[in-house]
Amino acid sequence: MLRYIAQRLIAFLPTLLGVSVLVFFAMRLIPGDAITAQLGTEAGMLTPTQRAALERYYGLDKPPVEQYFIWLGEVTQGNLGFSIRHGKPVLEVILDRFPLTLQLALMSVIIALLIGIPIGVLSAIYHNTLIDLIGRLFALIGLALPNFLVGTLIIYILSVYFKILPNSGNYVSFGDDPRRNLEQMIFPAFTLGFALAASLMRMTRSAMLEVLREDYIRTARSKGLRERRVTYSHALRNALIPVVTLLGVQAGYLLGGAVIVEQIFALPGLGRLAVNAISQREYALVQGVTLFIAFNFVMINLAVDVIYASIDPRISYGKR
Amino acid sequence: MQKIAKFFMVSLIIVALASLPALTQAQSGGKILIMARAADTTGLDPHKQTAFASLRLLELIYEPLVTLDQDLNIVPMLAESWEFNADSTQLTMKLREGVVFHDGSTFDSADVKATFTRLLDEATGSAARSNYTSITSIDTPDAYTVVFNLNTPDVPILAAMASVNASIVSEEAVAANEFEQKAIGTGPFVLDQWIPEEKTTLRRNDNWWIEGPYPDGVEMRVIPNEATIVAALRAGEIDFALLNDPLAAVLLKDDPNIVLNRVPALAYHVFQLNASRAPMDKLEVRQAISCAIDRQEVLDTASLGEGTVTGPLTIPAYQVPTSEFFCYTRDVAKARELMAAAGMADGFTFKTIVANAEPPTALAEAQVIQAQLAEIGITLEIEALELSVYVDRWLKGDFDTAVALNGGRPDPYTMYARYWTKAGNLQGVANWIDDLTDSLMAQGRAESDPAKRLAIFTEFQKHIVEQAPWIWLYNGYEYTAHQPYVEGFIPNPTDSLMSFAAIRLNR
Repeated sequence: MLRYIAQRLIAFLPTLLGVSVLVFFAMRLIPGDAITAQLGTEAGMLTPTQRAALERYYGLDKPPVEQYFIWLGEVTQGNLGFSIRHGKPVLEVILDRFPLTLQLALMSVIIALLIGIPIGVLSAIYHNTLIDLIGRLFALIGLALPNFLVGTLIIYILSVYFKILPNSGNYVSFGDDPRRNLEQMIFPAFTLGFALAASLMRMTRSAMLEVLREDYIRTARSKGLRERRVTYSHALRNALIPVVTLLGVQAGYLLGGAVIVEQIFALPGLGRLAVNAISQREYALVQGVTLFIAFNFVMINLAVDVIYASIDPRISYGKR
Repeated sequence: MQKIAKFFMVSLIIVALASLPALTQAQSGGKILIMARAADTTGLDPHKQTAFASLRLLELIYEPLVTLDQDLNIVPMLAESWEFNADSTQLTMKLREGVVFHDGSTFDSADVKATFTRLLDEATGSAARSNYTSITSIDTPDAYTVVFNLNTPDVPILAAMASVNASIVSEEAVAANEFEQKAIGTGPFVLDQWIPEEKTTLRRNDNWWIEGPYPDGVEMRVIPNEATIVAALRAGEIDFALLNDPLAAVLLKDDPNIVLNRVPALAYHVFQLNASRAPMDKLEVRQAISCAIDRQEVLDTASLGEGTVTGPLTIPAYQVPTSEFFCYTRDVAKARELMAAAGMADGFTFKTIVANAEPPTALAEAQVIQAQLAEIGITLEIEALELSVYVDRWLKGDFDTAVALNGGRPDPYTMYARYWTKAGNLQGVANWIDDLTDSLMAQGRAESDPAKRLAIFTEFQKHIVEQAPWIWLYNGYEYTAHQPYVEGFIPNPTDSLMSFAAIRLNR
């Protein structure tokens, strides 16, 4: 198992290198640079001498390939570069934002699991009854409502009818004030979790329906096991594999930041950081954030594969 | 079934519990003014920043020599008085005594000289430099007198000095050159901390030379979504808001608990034609487009009627009744005649570039224009671009037409010299010029008599509207909104927040 993990980790290196090359040159291929991003149309008022001075300032005066190797050299020494706008090293900027993104991802996954799995299981057990219908309706609503709509509705209801808005641009971290932090995070987490719950519910339901028809379930029942035991330890456990896959992919996305929800709820997470860095053409920051997000994504994938093995004894790594 | 019911009950209780403490939480801001806006500062160098979001912060920290009141009159700031010589080639200013910078150093003429030397130095990279290039030398006969020697008569330079980009910095700060890290001005507020994309905190400058400032400080928060800003105002979580999107601002129009200020903006919405490309090189085609567009309908549809149809100049003192402009009342028949005269009776197809959400109304404007032009056989294809991509193509003049919101200035010359003079830096964006326009601009620059200037710029406006290199559409409003207990704020057509110092919070 350890050997397997080590092999996977080594295989990640080319993936990350590929991501860095892609992002580096994609950023330089799109029109506009840090100067036009900063000055807007006023950039047209610069004389050639002024422009050259600013290019030196932003490090744009060297050819892109040379810039890439300078950057790569720094990265191998653990230095992701410096963000001029934030006045800090890129890694520090990312690590400032990451706790929020991690917390938001965890909370929304927990909310999704708490809502999605029970409803999915109930829907499968009471297949084609009123309960199933309600469950499926819930999933349909969750999938159909985009989260900008859910988020905006929540904010509207809170502010107009309850005269509150826990986060109005004054985000506090969990460490500083846990209670206030949870008040601020619960609504965005619910917004994200709601949509995720809907897809988890559908996945759980269909996997459960399939598993419940299997021979070993009939065997379990005929052995005289209690229905509860059959459902939870025999059926659900086997039905969870596709659910874990789905959860892994979704959690990977969430760790890359949830741009829209962060925008609506004014949360300073990784998603907004990345989007603003792109629109400001802050190359070092864009590269740092993407590399960081890609790293999280491959790590989650690895975690998902390891979890498979613990759910399903038939899957094992290392032994052949 | 029971389980589901139980589950929903539990989750409802959790949500209710989570929101309870927020319900009972009182505003604990003290005399700190809490404001929110969607865009954040992009940098702290007052001479280099051009983004409006940056200027709104920097104007609270730094002060220029002169400034503009709410009627756009030039009024004293760090300069107490000023005087041009007879042919407007020398500007002498008397400076205010007893002004100190945030670091305790005293303001005098050496700081003014150091400031303008830095602005004019090409190595600084200030986009505002072009406004001050007529300065050949700066004399400082004494500590509180400064003389600007100009190479050409330049009356508008005074209005150009009423800008955050001409903020006075200290001689020591120029030598240290750490403007992106430290903000040391003479203004009412001192920068405590700027956390990009989150918030900026400012504290009161106890040594300010004017009475006040009344608030103990200002907290500027970034809330990227304007609908959320509106919600935060309604929930009473913030005192003050800057709004950009008319669709968000109108939500507050009939709210009795919130004060919404609307001031006609200097910035103007315009449909720019590229007269260097066929068929817009033909006067008749440009005029046909002008006649085919119903400006009021563009305003009503794209911006919910939030604004006024305008000619080239949005400055109140230079208004010309729109009825005196060429084809400001839609005339489709005339448009068709002009198209036929240009040999384009069958119409043609061209493209327009639009920046995504900049301004928020841009795409809707393009769509209305598209529908209006279709009536005279012109097919307009819309290219929606990310802002920096748009800016890049706009600066290169790489477009058939462009939907734009261009910034206005308090003086007609500084507003348009960049586009409508032969030597203008953005002549390659405007792509059209004639001798009359160029000479009218030069006359306006040299003339100091207000009545004569008005006559010159009225002729300029009528002429350029008739030539139709651009189709001026409308100017919207600058929106600010605040709680009723925020007293003393004076809205300004330049959207300036300088009157923050005069605000009293009677919570």
